[in-house]
Amino acid sequence: MTASVTTTPARDAYGPNLRQRLAARGLDAVTLLAVPAALFSLALFVYPFAFGLVLSFEPKAGGWLSNYQRFFADPFLYETIGKTLWLSLPVTLLNLFLAVPIAFRVRLMRNQRLLTAILVLPITLGTVLVAEGLLNYLGPQGWFNRTLMTFGLISQPLKLVHNYWGVFASLLITGFPFTFLLTLSYVTGIDPALEQAAATLGANAWQRFRHVYLPLLMPGFAITFCLSFVQAFSVFPSAVLLGAPAGPTRVISIAAYQAAFEEYDYSMASAVAMIMGVVQLAIVVAVLASRGLFYRGPASGAKG
Amino acid sequence: MTIALSKFDEVRLDRVSRDFGALNALREVNLTIKRREFIALLGPSGCGKSTTLNCIAGLLPVTGGAIWLDKHRVDTLKPEERGFGMVFQNYALFPHLNVRQNIGFGLKMRGTPRAEIDRKVNEAIGLVRLQGQENKLPGQLSGGQQQRVAIARAIVIEPPLVLMDEPLSNLDAKLRLEMRAEIRRIHNELGATTIYVTHDQDEALSLADRIVVLKDGIVRQVGTPKELYEAPAHLDVADFMGFRNRLKGKVVSHENGHAVIDVEGARFKGVARDALAPGAAAVVAVRPDDMVASDEGPHALKAVVDTIEYRGREFVGTAHSAQGSDLVFRSDHTVEPGSTVHLTADERVLIFPGQN
Repeated sequence: MTASVTTTPARDAYGPNLRQRLAARGLDAVTLLAVPAALFSLALFVYPFAFGLVLSFEPKAGGWLSNYQRFFADPFLYETIGKTLWLSLPVTLLNLFLAVPIAFRVRLMRNQRLLTAILVLPITLGTVLVAEGLLNYLGPQGWFNRTLMTFGLISQPLKLVHNYWGVFASLLITGFPFTFLLTLSYVTGIDPALEQAAATLGANAWQRFRHVYLPLLMPGFAITFCLSFVQAFSVFPSAVLLGAPAGPTRVISIAAYQAAFEEYDYSMASAVAMIMGVVQLAIVVAVLASRGLFYRGPASGAKG
Repeated sequence: MTIALSKFDEVRLDRVSRDFGALNALREVNLTIKRREFIALLGPSGCGKSTTLNCIAGLLPVTGGAIWLDKHRVDTLKPEERGFGMVFQNYALFPHLNVRQNIGFGLKMRGTPRAEIDRKVNEAIGLVRLQGQENKLPGQLSGGQQQRVAIARAIVIEPPLVLMDEPLSNLDAKLRLEMRAEIRRIHNELGATTIYVTHDQDEALSLADRIVVLKDGIVRQVGTPKELYEAPAHLDVADFMGFRNRLKGKVVSHENGHAVIDVEGARFKGVARDALAPGAAAVVAVRPDDMVASDEGPHALKAVVDTIEYRGREFVGTAHSAQGSDLVFRSDHTVEPGSTVHLTADERVLIFPGQN
């Protein structure tokens, strides 16, 4: 490079060369590493999404909007939105409320790894195994009901499966580890000196949480909520196995499944999927937008 | 002035101990701090000085002994019940609160009326000279400004004690000197009783009314800066007070508090810091300033120069003696590395008993 500069005294010979100018704009050899991922998402996400979107406007019969008109005219279809939200929102919130106090305790523990391993298990087992397990455990002849009856707390088995509560329990169990691990990483990311400083300034445990931790954690909680919510919203196996798939737990993914594989109406199924996506997106955007109300900088006290 | 001083007479540490498993971080530390005093806890890292501060603040429970504020025992109280203001090494400013909210935090937690909070916070901002920065977040401030906020936040709650944990160690050299003067000025204006932890003897000497030297969790010496600087009681205190030359030798004579020591054939005369019998092992402690290189001398210690540094008014060099003792000396002219110098020390030489 230096040789070419000395032999060609052009007007701009002393400026940065092409490679340096590209690097300054963020385009260097490392950028190429992103190419496979970009191709992958293009082929497996962007194209199918666009294909489905177009397909949803090409119904078997009627005008280009007739799939959507049918969905919002038929209570059996449009009520799935409410049913899915009625499952996924309480489950997500409850998981978050359970995860926060536990994370606050666990952050002080030494054997975090063991606990993390135990908590990751339900994720690796998958929803079907958990659903099958719950079917036995919470069923009329399951341990749970038998134990309660043995102690005389109930006279006849509680109905805990094949209804709303079965799906609720399954979503709680499979969603909790994910919610908890995310929450824990946000909680441990806050400089413990901040809490100590608040304590020396006279803040009691609740005030320290309310005035120091909570404002700093809100953006993290928002992200955790969104990711956990999206998982819960797309519930399918446990709604079928543990719920009442024709009644209170007829969630939106069941509607899509039936359209695709029982009516063989891929266009309608695509429309349901699009509606599902819009509902999720609306909730996620609303929650993420609320982050703007909170402080979003680094959660440590100083530049160091 | 609306920021007043707490009314109390003294804070007393009574045989305070702190163990971490088998490690005794603090061993029966006794210390009485009078109102308005500025105390520096000085020692190398791991000596227990920050542990002491955390025990006083309540961030670490003591494992033995008690801490008293006049007649009230405080070591059993939670940190929020003690009300000691603390300045943390990394300042620990609340990143989501602006300067005004950070300083007012302690008052708000106490349920102080708004008008009073405003008045006191304004005064604290004036005291630490942060006018015009009130609405900035900590991330928008320089290190020195963050430091000022941390100090204001600690003193605005009118604590009986202000605890400072190496507050200047995150600043660059120039700012450190500037903030040192600021801490002194704020102490002069307010007179808040302060315990200041540092590993820098210059800071301790220039700020403190009294210095406590800690080593391995034990108080080695307590005294005014002058006492410690001129008459360290132990070799390790002397080490910390800048006596960087420590030469092993044998006692030749000892009378009237003065001893003569033979070091590799050279003679050093100094103040004996303990009883020394002729023939016993001893250590001669000399500051680099007092170890002077000369061309020749009957009692001088011969040493080979390793390095030489220009320091403006003089040269400071390092050298080693024939038996391998490391030496730091001063010279008014430059000397070549590898050449031999003759080192003598006439003043401020201390003699400590040594191990055979």
